[in-house]
Amino acid sequence: MSDLLKKTNLVGVASAALLLSLILIIPASRDVAFGFWDGVVGGRNHFNLWTTLSRASIIIGMAMAALVAFRAGLINLGGEGQLVLGGLVAALVGVYVDLPPVLLAVVALVSAMLAAGLWALLAGWLDRVVGMPLLVASLLLNYPANYFASYLVSHPLRDVMSGISQSHKIDKAARLPRFSGTILDYGIFIVIILVILIVWLERNSIFGYRLRMHGYSAKFAEVSGFPSGKIFYQALFISGAIAGLVGFLVVFGFSQRYIDGMLTVPLYAWTGIVAVLLAAITPWIVPITGLLFAILATGAGGMERVAGIPREASQIVQGMIILWLAATGKPLNSKDGH
Amino acid sequence: MMLDPTFFDSIARFITPLLLAALGGALCDRAAVFNIALEGMMLIGAFFGVVGSYYFGSWQAGLLFAILSGFASGVVFSWFSIYRKGDDIVVSIGFNILALGLTVFLLRYLFNTRGQFDDPNIIGVPRISIPIISDIPYIGNLFANQSILFYFAIILVFLIQFLLFRHKYGLYLRAAGDNIMALRTAGLSPELIQSGAVIACGILCALAGAQLSISSVTLFAEGMSAGRGWIAVVIIMMCAGRPLLILPAAIFFGLLDAIGFRIQAFGVPQQFTDSLPYVLAIFIMAIAIGRRRRKLNK
Repeated sequence: MSDLLKKTNLVGVASAALLLSLILIIPASRDVAFGFWDGVVGGRNHFNLWTTLSRASIIIGMAMAALVAFRAGLINLGGEGQLVLGGLVAALVGVYVDLPPVLLAVVALVSAMLAAGLWALLAGWLDRVVGMPLLVASLLLNYPANYFASYLVSHPLRDVMSGISQSHKIDKAARLPRFSGTILDYGIFIVIILVILIVWLERNSIFGYRLRMHGYSAKFAEVSGFPSGKIFYQALFISGAIAGLVGFLVVFGFSQRYIDGMLTVPLYAWTGIVAVLLAAITPWIVPITGLLFAILATGAGGMERVAGIPREASQIVQGMIILWLAATGKPLNSKDGH
Repeated sequence: MMLDPTFFDSIARFITPLLLAALGGALCDRAAVFNIALEGMMLIGAFFGVVGSYYFGSWQAGLLFAILSGFASGVVFSWFSIYRKGDDIVVSIGFNILALGLTVFLLRYLFNTRGQFDDPNIIGVPRISIPIISDIPYIGNLFANQSILFYFAIILVFLIQFLLFRHKYGLYLRAAGDNIMALRTAGLSPELIQSGAVIACGILCALAGAQLSISSVTLFAEGMSAGRGWIAVVIIMMCAGRPLLILPAAIFFGLLDAIGFRIQAFGVPQQFTDSLPYVLAIFIMAIAIGRRRRKLNK
């Protein structure tokens, strides 16, 4: 119970930080509060609400990717590169492979997950075989992935007619369908299924048990005879594959094509990590914290439109929350791990 | 051509930020603070360098603001990481996001612009030449008409080497990393010493940022540190925090940056030259670690 109390306390801390920063920044706070509210749920036909939900599904998806790795005690900071590669591969398959629509989407999904998973495995290989810390290896691999994707969509695969760096659009029949009259696509169902799956997996399956064991003490897991190497690679591959899945969802759903920077500029991968840390690496809390950060981001967009407060205020709040968390709890024990 | 004097001229510009940040990070490394917020600290320094230079119309004010902001960065980091015992990695992630958000936020708030701020009122750091060495053809260009921060960084390599291994404060610093109990027994506060290292690192990273924003050019662009803080982290790991090794490593990566910048003119896509340092960093680090392992096995 006290454990639960501590976790809800963390959510409380986040909301408090959110409110506090709102009040701090502003003289005319009624205006701003309205702007925030409008940014989250307002707009014509509640346009912004659908944006918020779309964003939440992306963030929660990336949080799930981070969660699997963190649960096993693996500091995978390569979510961004994995997400980008997944999105890129999904776009390549979606635009250039000739298949019946539904099959095309499935092939794109599988290849996106595979590509991103392998990219994560590469970081794991660098850690285990070469001896480069996973943290650094996974992080450094973000940059080549980002630049490679950026190159492809700004030169050889660019939709030249559109005038900006982006790929061609995915065939209409193969896209994820949208709720009528909104921009929210069915990708959110996939994320919901993903969350249920991960929550179940972490709690009830042997794999989840091993994952936690590896996370709490890799040495103990090894001494107990668990296949620690296998779990290491499995956890990384799944973590990467989930990031790839999210990349697919964005390309086939939200944006319907790959646009340069669309996956990196909003800091989806990093926000996902923050959401996991705020939830103290507890799967069922992650959707709540993920939604919170989506609200924070779209709300900040609304404040910008109404009150002229730069939307980056939301990133400042995010950073402060993490610093606060680091100081109050120990969400990630890298100091005494391994 | 590839190897004309202006190429040599540009190398120093690329070396300086890497060298300053890596030296700062090495201090943290020696004091067993796993500071991977170099990227964020550079960004903060770059921004406040421009702020100082723009509002007071002088480069001294720019550097002063950068140093003060670096000091503040160090205080914030060490408060959360050392005094509140937060996890270094989590604190670093938080700090990097905070730095990115804060600089973009203030860019909008103070200068009412997005993406990039440049203005004739931003005064750059002056460039000087070393009299005799600068007359040597080609190599001399390395020491001709360069930012004072470049010379400062070079001198700092030897200063920090001396401090770490020949001075009692260096001994304290290394003790904070290797044996905290010994330090406590001697009646010294490891927290204070580690904070000192982090604050010094914050200042050096801020100067590295200032080199980017008010020396190489005179403008601030969102995220202008562009991963250099991470390259600095790689340099520190490769060299195990030894200043005399950091110098050639920084020169190597600086050279890479300079070459990348150069071959863009020959039609090589910018994305390839930009990713070159990271790909090579992975390879070189793999080799460095492999060698160290073989040595241990012997």
